[in-house]
Amino acid sequence: MQNSTAIKENMLDNTVNIEKAKKMEVFEPRIIGFLCNWCSYAGADKAGAAQKPYSPNVSVIKVMCSGRIDPQFILEAFKKGADGVMILACHPGDCHYKEGNYRAVQRHRLLLRLLKQFGIEEERCRFDYVSAGEGDRFVSVINETVEAVKKLGPLKI
Amino acid sequence: MTGKPKISMYWAASCGGCEIALVNINEKIIDVDANFDFMFCPCLLDTKKQEIKELPDESIFITFFNGGIRTEENEEMAHLLRKKSKVLIAFGSCAYEGCIPALANLSSRDELFKTVYLDNPSIDNPLGVLPVPESEVPEGMLEIPRFYDTLRTLSQVVDVDYFIPGCPPEPKQIWNVIELVISGAPLPPRKSVIGAGTSSVCEECDRKKSEKKVEKFYRNYEIIPEKEKCLLEQGLICMGIATRDGCGALCPQVNMPCTGCYGPPEGVLDQGAKMVSAIGSIMDIDGIKGLSDEKIIEKINSTIESIPDPAGLFYKYSLADSMLKRRIKP
Repeated sequence: MQNSTAIKENMLDNTVNIEKAKKMEVFEPRIIGFLCNWCSYAGADKAGAAQKPYSPNVSVIKVMCSGRIDPQFILEAFKKGADGVMILACHPGDCHYKEGNYRAVQRHRLLLRLLKQFGIEEERCRFDYVSAGEGDRFVSVINETVEAVKKLGPLKI
Repeated sequence: MTGKPKISMYWAASCGGCEIALVNINEKIIDVDANFDFMFCPCLLDTKKQEIKELPDESIFITFFNGGIRTEENEEMAHLLRKKSKVLIAFGSCAYEGCIPALANLSSRDELFKTVYLDNPSIDNPLGVLPVPESEVPEGMLEIPRFYDTLRTLSQVVDVDYFIPGCPPEPKQIWNVIELVISGAPLPPRKSVIGAGTSSVCEECDRKKSEKKVEKFYRNYEIIPEKEKCLLEQGLICMGIATRDGCGALCPQVNMPCTGCYGPPEGVLDQGAKMVSAIGSIMDIDGIKGLSDEKIIEKINSTIESIPDPAGLFYKYSLADSMLKRRIKP
């Protein structure tokens, strides 16, 4: 008799725990990262080769140059369910095509203002510079963005 | 009734400018009458909805539908006219891509009502009365069509055969379409944009274009532009670069920047995003070379500050048909 009560209580506990776990379920954002081929993608490679752990939430799309990223790509990513978008470029002055990253940062600044009017927070669309040698920086930029988007919660379009 | 093919024109959420554009084909309207039975147009004729309902399906040859879908009634008429028409054409920017009424998609219905019926200096509404679908009056229940939270384009509600862009469509282009139908030539592939080009307004614009290096953007009232130089190069936000041709570049010809009423060129999904892309390409970069990351951002921000409302400017006509379609609901 005592046993079965214990089992029952145990089962009850388990159910409560599952409910609790469900409620506390952490939101794992889906983030699309556009990485330039020459610097940032190589930087990501560097982080990988050094086996540095970082958040797995970013799906990387390699582009030849950050200047190739049409703002339509970013809107498309949001529309198709991305909670955040990252654009990683060569440092100013280091662009393989001379000025693609300047174009990218100019577009990004204007796009941020546009996104704000559509109710999409600035933190969901991050632009930063990562060079081929900056594996550590790649890791920290990724982790920071994932944390920021986690705080904001899912983007519902 | 005559044996001529029936043609109709309906307005949903629009201003009536499309009807004026149709009449602006001038004496050609006689040719329209000679070839078609112009039988339904609430702006010009007295045909009633009931008479349309009683028609057999697909008995109207062409319906020019202008206006976006803002209310329940707009939607009902869109379905009715789709059913009764053989060829349904989204006529003008509102039906095609939302146009000015769709700018309200950057707000919610409640915010819209608040501005229009309550917080407006010229409004006298002490009881704070807002439109409601049903209201009781001594004579009984009054019903008005529901007002939707989001304005949709015609093709987001029913199947549309063709799109004629423009706010309003140029009479010459309207006539081109009608003439094509009269000639009996095969119609273009379904779902295509007709009565317009496929390239950008720049193609039709005579202004001299050179490499663009813009250091400052101006609003229209701030400068008198040079007569022959590209307006964009002079710092005026001319949407021609991200807008479909077909209008004949009328606005830049008279020193006014294009505002984008013909919608995005062929193959472009989002006119506003394309404009962001274009602006990023023409802003001068010599001034930001060699600066620190923070200074670069400062410099760019100070340049784009003079664009106070990018969404309203870049999506003046195409918001409802853009990728995001509306402001995200909280």
